[in-house]
Amino acid sequence: MNELIPAWDWQTVVVAPWTTDLPIYGWIVLMGFFVCAACGLAGNYLILRRMALVGDAISHSVLPGLAIGFLVANAWSIGGGADDASASSHGFSYGLAVFIGSLVAGIVTTMLIEIIHKRTRIKQDAAIGITFSTLFALGVVLISVYADKVDLDADCVLHGEIAFVSIQPFTSLAGHEIAPDPVVRMGMVALLTLGLVLLFYKELLVSSFDPGLASSMGINATCVHYALMCWLSVIVISAFEAVGAILVIAMLILPGATASLLTTRFPKVMMLSILHAALSTVVGVHLAIWLNSSTAGCMVVAGSGLFGLAWAFSPSQGLLKQWWRRRRTPLPDAQVIAPDHSDVEVP
Amino acid sequence: MNQPNIPLSDHVQTDKWTKGLSDAEVPLEVHDLTVAYHHKPVLYGVDLRIPPGKLIGIIGPNGAGKSTLIKAIMGLIPTDSGWVRLFGESNKKNLRRVGYVPQRESVDWDFPVNVMDVVLMGRYGKLGLFKRPKKQDRDIACACLEKVKMMPYADRQIANLSGGQQQRVFLARALAQESDLYLMDEPFAGVDAATESSIISLLHELRKQGKTILVVHHDLPTARNYFDMLVLLNMRLVDFGPTEEVFTYDKLQKTYGGRLTILSEVADAVRQTKS
Repeated sequence: MNELIPAWDWQTVVVAPWTTDLPIYGWIVLMGFFVCAACGLAGNYLILRRMALVGDAISHSVLPGLAIGFLVANAWSIGGGADDASASSHGFSYGLAVFIGSLVAGIVTTMLIEIIHKRTRIKQDAAIGITFSTLFALGVVLISVYADKVDLDADCVLHGEIAFVSIQPFTSLAGHEIAPDPVVRMGMVALLTLGLVLLFYKELLVSSFDPGLASSMGINATCVHYALMCWLSVIVISAFEAVGAILVIAMLILPGATASLLTTRFPKVMMLSILHAALSTVVGVHLAIWLNSSTAGCMVVAGSGLFGLAWAFSPSQGLLKQWWRRRRTPLPDAQVIAPDHSDVEVP
Repeated sequence: MNQPNIPLSDHVQTDKWTKGLSDAEVPLEVHDLTVAYHHKPVLYGVDLRIPPGKLIGIIGPNGAGKSTLIKAIMGLIPTDSGWVRLFGESNKKNLRRVGYVPQRESVDWDFPVNVMDVVLMGRYGKLGLFKRPKKQDRDIACACLEKVKMMPYADRQIANLSGGQQQRVFLARALAQESDLYLMDEPFAGVDAATESSIISLLHELRKQGKTILVVHHDLPTARNYFDMLVLLNMRLVDFGPTEEVFTYDKLQKTYGGRLTILSEVADAVRQTKS
């Protein structure tokens, strides 16, 4: 039994990450929270638009975009004769090429799904399956063919390595080191996501609920759709490094799904999904230390655990509540539940 | 080859009912509108000029393109030819003056919003980008809910409403848009008699305010009593005119052509009219 469950050491598992090891785990927790919060906010809209699987597709098909971005950046730096002296601009052009490559991949995925779905008899779920598996495979082929030129580790692609954020180079502003590069980047993406969601609250809400009404108001539902997909690609690329392609999907869906079990008002759904992001990060990090395993994996396990708790104990539709209701109250009389039309006057 | 059975219509005089009106006074003008799904025409060369201040029903058999016509007017689907003008301008420009009531099944009723939120969405078009609904918008939304007798349900999650209540929420939302032209896609589908009559009296009230209302309707016997004018549609425009002129056995037979069960219904409906 002792071999199955690692020893629980209060000091190492719970106290140390917040005291002596804070310089390491602080950044990991912050990075995890930014990833989960950005994904959760955007994921809410995917759930509402019944496009959860499109998020899945984009997170996979970003891979060929990354690979092509790497190749293009390589070609540039060779063509431009970059030497070691320009290492920093070199790094920047890599980042930019990879970013653009992934963005394009995200848009291509969305368009391919639409085209296959609209122009053939193939339904949307099958179109998603075809598109993302094709693009993911293309990415795998590209990476293995150009293994010497593309610096991508297959392991990292699948589940990322958030544990390494604290040893990444720090971003410095006016001589002060602020935070590791990936944390700064992800923090900016998360903040921007929140800003966009607040600014375009009306437009996103109405085009998700009723595209017909949206376009009668001059809101182009197609535009909103593609803008959302573009932004989703940006989030997925930024989160990629930390949590990988597979776990991003969980981060997109779990917060929103959990929140929607607990409340029926959209603003509250948003707030609860951020809370879910924070809780699953913190619980996940402790879990990872205790089990000595993948941090991102543990974060998802913690997130799923929270979903399970919400499912069981939700005050409105939880399993417990349902059981209690069945036990306590017999079925009401038909007269009580029949629709009441006393308020409607019949002319 | 299975050629779709398109009834040939006599040329319908399209500007008969809008003579002497300037373009800006004509709420809706459709010219040579053709829409096809997967190369199969659904609407074929439809011409319409709708006079203002009328309650107009669009009737025709299943697959006649009634909903397609509404969607094409709203610019929600691509058209193959023709154009649509609203109040003398292209439909893109003047869509804001149109209130739209889609089919009830077209939205997800599990959406995390309550009745008030849905009605407030009707105000979004009047608000600019980045603006939040103000107290004035809430007051208007409340008044609209009051009109459809749904105020007691304002805080209710929309999933916990009956079909008739959902339809009334949609109607309140359209009222909140404060439009001049209303397009309604089967507002009476799946609604009980009490709700149906309250919706109809609301439509009469709107007409009294000078609004134009186009309603897709599928129940022939009631169409006779509800509408001032009727659009008879079966891929082509079969006829358009005042109900008493258009609701005749010949014209309905032409619209519903060959569908025996419906034909007997038509005969019944016409007989009821005569008696």
